Order: sequence, then structure tokens, then C-alpha cells
Amino acid sequence: MANVTVRVWRGDASGGDFEAYALEKNEGEVVLDLIHRIQATEAGDLACRWNCKAGKCGSCSAEINGKPSLMCMTRVDELPEGPITVAPMRTFPIIRDLVTDVSFNFAMAAKVPALLPPPMPEGGYVMYQEDVQRGQEFRKCIECFLCQDVCHVIRDHEDNKAHYAGPRFFIRYAELEMHPLDTNDRRDLVREEMGLGYCNITKCCTEVCPEHIKITDNAIIPLKERVVDAHYDPIAWLGRKIRRRTKRSADEAAVQPAP
Amino acid sequence: MATVEHSSKVVLGGRRGGPDVATLRQDRWWVQPVVTVSILTSFIIYSTWAAFQNKNYYVGASAHRDLISPFYSPCLANSCEPGASHGLILHFWTISPALLILLFPLGFRMTCYYYRRSYYRAFWWSPPACAVADGHKEYSGETRFPLIIQNAHRYFFYFGLVLNVILTYDAILAFNQPGIGLGVTVGTLVLVVNAALLWLYSLSCHACRHIVGGQVKSFKKHPVRYAFWTVVSKLNPKHMNLAWTSLIFVALTDVYVRLVASGALTDYRLF
Repeated sequence: MANVTVRVWRGDASGGDFEAYALEKNEGEVVLDLIHRIQATEAGDLACRWNCKAGKCGSCSAEINGKPSLMCMTRVDELPEGPITVAPMRTFPIIRDLVTDVSFNFAMAAKVPALLPPPMPEGGYVMYQEDVQRGQEFRKCIECFLCQDVCHVIRDHEDNKAHYAGPRFFIRYAELEMHPLDTNDRRDLVREEMGLGYCNITKCCTEVCPEHIKITDNAIIPLKERVVDAHYDPIAWLGRKIRRRTKRSADEAAVQPAP
Repeated sequence: MATVEHSSKVVLGGRRGGPDVATLRQDRWWVQPVVTVSILTSFIIYSTWAAFQNKNYYVGASAHRDLISPFYSPCLANSCEPGASHGLILHFWTISPALLILLFPLGFRMTCYYYRRSYYRAFWWSPPACAVADGHKEYSGETRFPLIIQNAHRYFFYFGLVLNVILTYDAILAFNQPGIGLGVTVGTLVLVVNAALLWLYSLSCHACRHIVGGQVKSFKKHPVRYAFWTVVSKLNPKHMNLAWTSLIFVALTDVYVRLVASGALTDYRLF
């Protein structure tokens, strides 16, 4: 058994600093094991969230050696030699030690307009496999909020939180926009109130996602392209105008009495 | 337009945890931005130099070849070398023909989602790397001029497709060696590979993926679009590799044609 030094940020809203703990490390351990050992042996009052220890509950998000990661999925033997630094997620207000107040995310979740299906047809709704598959990737999200934490739009610019939903909710918007039974149009909303234009595609959200969801390629960029369809593409705009006029003419012709 | 479901108030402020430092990362996060800056800067310097040269961009019938540099194709200016023109001549344009067309591939790459990621990180430090502090105090992203122009990416994509067709035509012409007949030279292969890489880069583009099928709500109702979308979706994850490969190869193609045209290199006939 080898020794390892773990530097854990301890503190609350009044301030704090790193405290170093010298521990033994065992083969196959993850960082959360070390935190638990610190709690059990040296600092019983060390605060951290955890639940499943299997990378599925999204509770133990932290910044390990400066990288947003799940503590339960970061193997100690895969980290470089030297002290291991464990700090709370930087983007959210601190509560205590490694626990942060992530209520910003719940406020943004509450804003998402729900699925709005058409009236139930006879025989019920039908979904086909190819349409189900497309949104399935987004449903893997465990809401660890590491993507929100790493996104520089709110990480480095607190004022943007007022008008920026963040990558976790862009995948929710994308999933709904791609849903074949949804009749809501959220393109204006994501552009004007959810700040899609603030995202500059740096792909950090994709890099940190423990579920390997292609957040940027499969959700944010398709959403941006849909916003382009609605606002920045004159040919698409002209096409919509012609289709609407054609449909209106056809509707008017349909109600005219036959000569 | 859909409106917000519940107007839950977002509370701003609150002291954040962790130390007030730019980053706690201990790895060499700066390597990627340095590599990006090095390659892109080298390309910009070389392509600017090549565009202003206005010579050695075409190897014609006198050398029994038909090779044109991709920087100068289509050659539309009054000053085009004999044989290099594609038929249409813009007589008012008397300076280098490259300056007339380079705006389009430049615009395509500048607005490309992959390059945006790279140069926002490397040149603008917004942010320089993940979990490393942004280099700017204010940030408005792509919501205002000039960066709102990034939304024109699909139009540069369309222009890019036109250029790809022309460069493919050039590659086909390169199989003909005037005075000798059909055959394959090293130059032919260079032009073919260059055109193929540019096609792959264009077709793996995110805007292409959206246009061919990504925009529909139901794949079941649009099976042809679904088939196209599936093909482009397989190429799309390779977009980064194709972006770099095609960028470097287009410069190497210009270098090759330039060396042959200047007489510094012989374009060997393979068969």
C-alpha cells in the first residue's frame, strides 16, 4: 500500500482553504473512497454529497486536480503522481466543503416548456424506433451538473446565469425539439431567453460528461441550426412564406363554392 | 413561440467555493492551444504569401501537364495564366486571382463549428481550456455583431460545395497530360486526394448534417433524409480530423504545384 496526500478544500460562504490529509491508497480505489476514509478517520465533519458510488446518481461532482469529475468514477491509480486536489464545483455557490448550492439548475429546469403532443389519435400515439433512438442519448443524463460547472459562460461570468440555461438544459430543449409528437416551438425561447447564442462551442461540456453524451454535436449545434432556420436563413424564411401562402390559397380555394 | 413553464427566479451571487485562481489543473492544458495557434498561424502566413504571389500556380501544356493550385481555382481574373482559366473571366479583377476566391473557403472554415471551438480557445482564450478561467471580463458569446455572423455558416457551406465541384473537375483534368495523353502523375494523385479530403470535410460538417436530415422532427416520415442523415452522422465525429487534414493538405497541394511550376520539382508520371 502506497501513501497519497489529498488536499481537500474546506470552508463555507465565509471562506476556506485546502487542508492536506495523508492517507494510504489501495488498489482499485476511487477518489470518493479517499474522501470517505478522511471522514471516517480524520475529519468527521467533512461535507460531501454522494449516493450510489456507481456513476449513476450524479451526486459526487467535484473538481479533481482542477478537472470537473465524479469522485466515484475517478480512479486514484489513474491520476498523476503527487498530491490530489479536491475542490467543490466552482460555478455554484458554496454551502460547505465539497457541497454546493445547485438550485440554479432547478430554476432553469422549471422553465423548460413541457412536451405538447397533438390530440390523441384513435389507437393512441405511435413512436417509431428511429425517432426514439435519437432522443435516447439525451435521456442518459444523470444531472451531475458537471457540464454546467465547466461551461465558462456561467463559470466565469456570474451575470450570465440570469439568461443562460446551460448545456444540461440545452440537451433537454434539443430532445423536446426533436420529439416527433411535440408541437411546441422553443426556438425563439432558446434564442431570446435561454441564451443559446452565448454558447461558443468550446465543447468542454462534452469533454466532462460522465455519460459521454455528445452534448455539443448532437444537441447544442442542432439547436443552433434550428435557430438559424428560424432567424438567420433568408432562403428558409422565403420557403416558409411560400408554403404558408400556398396553403392559404389552397384553403381558400377549398371553401369557394364550385362554379 | 413557447413560453417558460414556470418563471422560477434565478438567484445570482453567493460566494463560490475553492480558491480564487485561474485554474487548479495540473496537466499541460496549454499544449493544445499552442499547437492550434502554431498550425493556424503558419497556414494563414503561408496562404497569404501564396495568394499574393500571383505566379507559379499553374502547370500547363508546355510542361505536358494540367495542374492548378487549389488556392487559384477557379481562376477568374484577367491575369490568369493561359490555360488556367475556367472560362469565365472577370475583366475588372486585375490583381491576384486567389484574392477573389479565398474569401469563401476562409469563410467556411472561420464559421465552421470545429474551428470556432479551436480558435475561441487558442486565440481568444474564451476559455483557453476547460476549467481554465476565461481571458475576458465581459462575455456576450455569439449574440452580437460581429460573431453573430457565425450563423451564416450554411451559406459558406453551399459556396464550399461549388468550389469542391470545381476542384474535382481540376483533379479530373489532371489525368490528361497534353501532348502525351491520359495518365497518372504524382500531381494527379495530389489533386485527387486534395479534392477527396475537401469533400469529406464539407460533408462531415454540422450544417450539412442538419440540412440533409437533422432538421426534421420525425425520421420515420422522411426515410430518404434519415438515410442521408445517418451517413453524414457517421462522418461527423471525424470532422475535427478532416478539418486539420484537409487544411494541411490544401497547403501542401499548393506547395507541390508551386514547386513543379517553378521548375524546382519534376512531376513524375506513374503510369
